[in-house]
Amino acid sequence: MLFDLIPFSLLVTVFTIAVIFVGVLTAVAYLTLLERKVSAWVQDRVGPNRTGFDFGQPWLKFLRGFFGLGQPLADGVKFLLKEDVVPGYVDRVFYYLAPMIAVGTALLALAVVSVGDTPVPPVLQTLSANSSSADSPRRVFPATKSELAAMNSTTNLSDVRAGYAQYNNLSTIKFAIAPNVDIGFLFVFAIGGLAVYGIVLGGWSSNNKYSLLGSLRSSAQVISYEIPMGLSVLGVLVMVGSLNLERVVDWQARHGWLIAYQPLAFVLFLTAIFAECNRLPFDLPECEQELVGGYHTEYSSMKFALFFLGEYTHMITTSFLTAALFMGGWHLPWLNDWLSPSMTGNFDLSYLFALLIKLAVFVAKMFVVIALFMLVRWTILRFKFDQLMALAWKGLMPLGLMSLLGVVISRQFMPPGMGQWGFQCAFGLVSLVIVGVVSLLLPTEAPKTVLSISRGRSHSATSAPELASRAS
Amino acid sequence: MTAIAEKNVTWVKPPRLNLAEQIYLPSVAQGMITTLKHLVKTVTGLNATSTQQYPEQQPVLPPHYRGVHRLNRDEQGRVKCVSCYMCSTACPAHCIDIVAAPSPWPDREKYPETFVIDELRCIYCGMCEQACPVDAIELTTIFSLTGMSREDMMFDKEKLLSVFDQTVKLGTDPVRTRGGRLSVAAEPADAGLTGSSSAQS
Repeated sequence: MLFDLIPFSLLVTVFTIAVIFVGVLTAVAYLTLLERKVSAWVQDRVGPNRTGFDFGQPWLKFLRGFFGLGQPLADGVKFLLKEDVVPGYVDRVFYYLAPMIAVGTALLALAVVSVGDTPVPPVLQTLSANSSSADSPRRVFPATKSELAAMNSTTNLSDVRAGYAQYNNLSTIKFAIAPNVDIGFLFVFAIGGLAVYGIVLGGWSSNNKYSLLGSLRSSAQVISYEIPMGLSVLGVLVMVGSLNLERVVDWQARHGWLIAYQPLAFVLFLTAIFAECNRLPFDLPECEQELVGGYHTEYSSMKFALFFLGEYTHMITTSFLTAALFMGGWHLPWLNDWLSPSMTGNFDLSYLFALLIKLAVFVAKMFVVIALFMLVRWTILRFKFDQLMALAWKGLMPLGLMSLLGVVISRQFMPPGMGQWGFQCAFGLVSLVIVGVVSLLLPTEAPKTVLSISRGRSHSATSAPELASRAS
Repeated sequence: MTAIAEKNVTWVKPPRLNLAEQIYLPSVAQGMITTLKHLVKTVTGLNATSTQQYPEQQPVLPPHYRGVHRLNRDEQGRVKCVSCYMCSTACPAHCIDIVAAPSPWPDREKYPETFVIDELRCIYCGMCEQACPVDAIELTTIFSLTGMSREDMMFDKEKLLSVFDQTVKLGTDPVRTRGGRLSVAAEPADAGLTGSSSAQS
């Protein structure tokens, strides 16, 4: 029998992959429509509203319109059927590789992000007899030799096995391709950092100056935003004590959302993921106004669509990540009491209902972040190259360090709960003001070009040699 | 020798930011509120968009719009043109081709035997209209013209007269030029064969 040879968990994983993959691809397609709609609404326009599902057939006229809901489908067909132009002067290997990297890394990063209430596996310490309280740091691994000895002497391994057996019970639905990866969001950032290679290689292999400028900017951007991003999530790590995304959400469900604890870190993280997703105000690698199309100038049809797909998938991933790290994941304060969390694995209707509600809450939070992406696009102008570097190195990085310092101090000296919350918020605000004041006091560079207003004499009298002599 | 005298140069210093501006966040919040306002107003319909749903909803064009040409008819339904070649001489694109013949009517010497305008070559500048001494050629508000071939876009006399019938008799374009003066505004209210200046519906 075939089914005897294949482990059932493998089938479940393949099924999860299929569902999440199709879900994300559909979401990406409709996000492009939403993006166009939001752009139109912000600019007092109507936006795409004609493309329905009639495919131009008169007998399907009743399917026309629908607020342009057929637009993604039409776009997809267009991308598939358009001529795929490969310029003659490109570096073939990397030119073909770049879109694959872009979309592959984006989808890979999505693998560890859970989209619903995925249960947390038991921790060695909580099962062991010497776990002091629920608020103690839930470390999986002992930190000191004495702890290790204590753990070895007291932990009943059969208890742990029983816990894991219960966790692996198939009736507990896990809303992630790879649930409970212990390196959790570190994995997302590592893979997300690789996504830049798609941009860099694509721009470089195109052998086009605009593309090259785009990828140059991208590589300069990546060294600017990744450090503030890492610093901002370090605070989360210090508070929760785990990189595991499900555990972060679980911690927030019990102690309150981390956006309330660390609003400053949240803002830093948000700014950094805007840069990571190449969204305005940090869309330097692909700014149409300056670089034609940026790194994907030379790409057409499906290869361009792959870049597009990777970018939007990255947006979805980081939005889920933001929701999980700072906004409590599937948790809503009053809803959580109403829907008692069921970990027993009994597959009853109320459990399924609770799961679906939590899934909806998680997805709704993700959409809040996506909406923020889209609104910011039409609010803040694109940063200039040096402005981005200055913002990241003079603004975001000191703020990230201060935020981390505040978290560490509160974690060490303040009582958990309100004490830590108040201290972290106050410290964040104070550090924001301090960094602001310091950056105001910093000597500003004398502007190189100063607006000169000439009256009474026309510029046309100026000859080229005169200009040259003035410049020297 | 300097190109610009020193007294003519004003040196402008960029203004210093205050603390709120340096932190960015208040300004960003302010901008987000503006963006949201536009979004909400457009979605709820408080802010009327100026979008026209084109094929169903035709644009209201001003009467002096320069679209497809027409050859005007006089009161007896004859072509007004007297084949003076003023329009084809004035035409910068050389798209008007006239073959003159002795007029069958006693009130003029010549009339156009053929009158062909290459609508693809035309740049719609309206100089033919200005040059015409008898107000025979005019540009209408018809802006969307299509054809299956280049030959289709060579409008001959019959076609141009039919454009006149279509636009004037149906009331979409009044006769614009009269006695050498342009524009509807210069005309009395009862001028033109029909008084209506509304666009085609």
